[in-house]
Amino acid sequence: MLDAEIIQSRRGGFTRRKFIKGVIAAGATASAAGYLFRSSGVLAPMLSAQGAVERLVTLNVNGQQRRVDVPKHETLAMTLRYQLGLTGTKLGCDRAECGACTVLLDGVTHYGCSILTHTVRGREVTTIEGLEDDGVLHPVQQAVIDEGGFQCAFCAPGFVMSMVGMLDKNPAPTREEAAVLLSGNLCRCGDYDKILNTAMRAAELSRSRA
Amino acid sequence: MAERTIGTDISPPDLHAKITGRARYAEDFHAEGMAFAKLLLSPMPHARVRSVDTSRAEAMEGVLGILRASELPRPEQGTREGALSDEPLYEGAPILAVAAVDETTAAAAVEAIRVDLEPLPFVLDPLDSLREGGPNARTDGNVPGEDGPTSLKWPDSVFDEAGPDRLPMGEPTAEWAIGDVDAAFAEADVIVEETIVHQSVTHHPMEPRSCMAYWQNGKLFLHGSTQSTERTRGPVAAMAGIDVEDVVMIGEYCGGGFGSKIAGVPIMAVPAVLSRKIGRPVMLRITRYEENYIGRARAGFQGWAKIGFRSDGRMTALDLYLVQDSGAYGASDFFTAGTVATASYQPENMRFRGVPVYTNTPPRSAQRAPGGAQIVAMLEPVVDKAARELGVDRLEIRKVNAPGHDGWLGPNQGPFTSAYVREALDLGGELFEWEGRSQLSGRREGTRVTGVGMGLSPFTAGSNGRDGLLVIRPDGKLHVHQGIGNLGTHSIADTARAASDVLDLDWDDVVVVWGDTSKHLPFSTVQAGSQTTHAHTRANHAAGEAMVGLLQELAALELGGSATDYRVADGRVFRAGNRAAGLSFAQAAERAIARGGKFSGGEIPEDLHDVTKGAVAGLAGEGLIAAAKDNYGQPGAVFTWVATFAQVELDVETGEVEIVDLASATDCGTVIHPRSLAAQTNGGVFQGIGMAKSQRWVFDPQWGIPFTKRFYTARPPGILDVPLSPRFAAVNEPDPHTPVGAKGIGEPPVGAGEAAYACAVADAMGGLCLCRTPLTSDMILAELEGRPRPYGLLDTHV
Ligand code: FES
Ligand code: FES
Repeated sequence: MLDAEIIQSRRGGFTRRKFIKGVIAAGATASAAGYLFRSSGVLAPMLSAQGAVERLVTLNVNGQQRRVDVPKHETLAMTLRYQLGLTGTKLGCDRAECGACTVLLDGVTHYGCSILTHTVRGREVTTIEGLEDDGVLHPVQQAVIDEGGFQCAFCAPGFVMSMVGMLDKNPAPTREEAAVLLSGNLCRCGDYDKILNTAMRAAELSRSRA
Repeated sequence: MAERTIGTDISPPDLHAKITGRARYAEDFHAEGMAFAKLLLSPMPHARVRSVDTSRAEAMEGVLGILRASELPRPEQGTREGALSDEPLYEGAPILAVAAVDETTAAAAVEAIRVDLEPLPFVLDPLDSLREGGPNARTDGNVPGEDGPTSLKWPDSVFDEAGPDRLPMGEPTAEWAIGDVDAAFAEADVIVEETIVHQSVTHHPMEPRSCMAYWQNGKLFLHGSTQSTERTRGPVAAMAGIDVEDVVMIGEYCGGGFGSKIAGVPIMAVPAVLSRKIGRPVMLRITRYEENYIGRARAGFQGWAKIGFRSDGRMTALDLYLVQDSGAYGASDFFTAGTVATASYQPENMRFRGVPVYTNTPPRSAQRAPGGAQIVAMLEPVVDKAARELGVDRLEIRKVNAPGHDGWLGPNQGPFTSAYVREALDLGGELFEWEGRSQLSGRREGTRVTGVGMGLSPFTAGSNGRDGLLVIRPDGKLHVHQGIGNLGTHSIADTARAASDVLDLDWDDVVVVWGDTSKHLPFSTVQAGSQTTHAHTRANHAAGEAMVGLLQELAALELGGSATDYRVADGRVFRAGNRAAGLSFAQAAERAIARGGKFSGGEIPEDLHDVTKGAVAGLAGEGLIAAAKDNYGQPGAVFTWVATFAQVELDVETGEVEIVDLASATDCGTVIHPRSLAAQTNGGVFQGIGMAKSQRWVFDPQWGIPFTKRFYTARPPGILDVPLSPRFAAVNEPDPHTPVGAKGIGEPPVGAGEAAYACAVADAMGGLCLCRTPLTSDMILAELEGRPRPYGLLDTHV
């Protein structure tokens, strides 16, 4: 079958062509793209060639100072999940397409998968784990409970963080405004109706607590 | 009396964990010494691995092991898919896996491996494969035969006769008929005929199918994303080549499945086997990009329908031919599609023919209403076309054809357990104000033209014979053990309500136990086919009744009198008329433990499944234990119907469509959880709209490589793509053949949403059906402007 003829037919008839005979694939075409991170120094030479040596940085996460070793290419979502044990921040796409990894930097929403950890030094990082205040749920979290929000909830931490960021900007959004402000997050279960109900309820709760 | 919980909104017991970051999905579990695996994916759509040189990878520091297809205890065989393959059948099929101390190293090692691949013929379009001399996707054939795949080719004359725009219809592999369609066509007042293409669509749940495994004392612990916890144990055991007792499956949360994670996923074999090989826990993180390849997809169809009607709108003949794009391993959607069509239209005469064809595209699996959503979205716009020709209202024509309680299903024409379909249509029509809205059809404001449409979608919604398992512990709480998974439907909680209502217990006194097979879980249904709500309200109802019996018997033994003297309510068993004379649940649990025997798992009902017997034995002595099998019987097919109505505005300058309003109504029996039911319906409707509108597969035809691998090229609906407040209502009539009256809801909304959208767009185009999904703006625009179509009518993946 080495010189098998590959037959391609498109609308309007066949075209036949010889396929390349014997191909050596080095696994590069479709292999390792995707999330990467490292926890050991075994690839030091290679990584330093990419300028990716680890360095000790101090992060301010959920009000605590945390010191971690991070390679230059490590994203905040990976540091949070794999070095700080904060697995509430989810990875849905790792490429700025879904918002599951949304965290706050100085109160502003960011995709944790698309920001490098070493760039957030000196900034206040807030994750879903940092929203409760002495065991009391944040108004947005309470709103989810009240509205029975989310289905599988894999998108929930990201949406909750986006709502927190949203209310900071606009404490009394209309349903329409909320939809725009939350449009950087994707919910594959399509729970948007309850998500908007939750956003409205959260705004109400925030105002009454303030 | 405790408040009845069925029919009320509750806050699901796992919600707090979900929104504080405490809920742990598969990738959130980390084990001591955990290694990371990466996959090497095939760069070709069909090839044979001639040799693999791993020497450079193995020499790398930090590489811990490499897993090849041949090392899997249950390797690929025939159309049984393996987690890894030496004959990859689609671009992106995993060939091997590497474990290393960290993921960067594993990825670098994958890059360092040299794979010598022999390219083999490949095919992306089923019709290409059916031509004489056309390529087969598999070396053993292109269609399923009696004993495995076989080769089916149609003579050129079949294609020539059909021409470029009509489905060629050669010899099918499956067919059935009711009555005589040809005779019915001869008598019909109106006949419509269309060639219709429905695309294939990747599931893309938000949580990729990442998984982590480790071994301890000969037992495999697997953390994975699965729709059905207890039923995943068996497949995982088979993958690892061990006894089912040696698998502990942990799946507390599942970030969506939609049919792509029914009883685990093939790729779970990689961390399971690799971790045994290297003696360390292994985490395999699946990327969104990989999810596009191995994450499963709905099967697409190239179809043809000819439908005959009487002047009153009654469908007298339905002639259907479906060519299915089955991917490399097969799918059965096409056959289901023929059956589902009967549940919509009850055609007086029908002929179904179909051919499922293997292609070198990602593997298919059930996706919310497999076959059903496709056929509904394909046929509903054609029915609209006939309604227009007949001058019959579009809602009316659906009511004329919809089944009643005496309706029938499929080629065997078996009965339904209940069918409040006309009631659902009426309810949806009122909610949407169909009468007034349908007058808006064709209204033009500036560049925007209004279209309204509706879709009626049936799907299977139940099964029976599963087990329920309840324990009243000395804490006085009712512990409902659930073998089902937790995939976002809230059914772990909602089906438990059947037990708490039978026991007349406050919902706060119920503890749901789920998500880990070491917690003694009963035999359950797979969470697929929308079975769970029906099957497990039944099983938990049966167990609840058994628990009432045990409580009464126990009270009589402890306090005198006969069992029938006692009542159960509010966490107590007491003498009728005297609440004080009785036992609290906490006391009952203690007495049950002291007495042992049948009260505490010492005697086990014979008819229970072995899995449940094992679970009861494991719990013995921990409380008052009731386990029972659902023996309620089911005299027919359990079906749910959803009717969705859509109003859209089509911008004739851009081809963009905005959905202005959506309303849905359902007959799914008794409503258990109103808020969750509405959410699942709306979510399903949105998924259907995604298929009709924005998600797509596009391949490079020369190399067989997909272009649409990520959300930005094939985006599911976002929050701005759907109306701000979709509306919903339920008929809420109990199914008379199930004790709680509830049927499932997961699947039918998808086809309803997809069809409503397709019909509304066709309506905005003056009744012109493009008869394909997705309906992209460029297609719509080309049609509106009378430009040549940018695609062939039969083309797939455009
Ligand atoms: S994971 Fe960051 S946007 Fe999807
Ligand atoms: S609830 Fe499942 S993705 Fe949003």
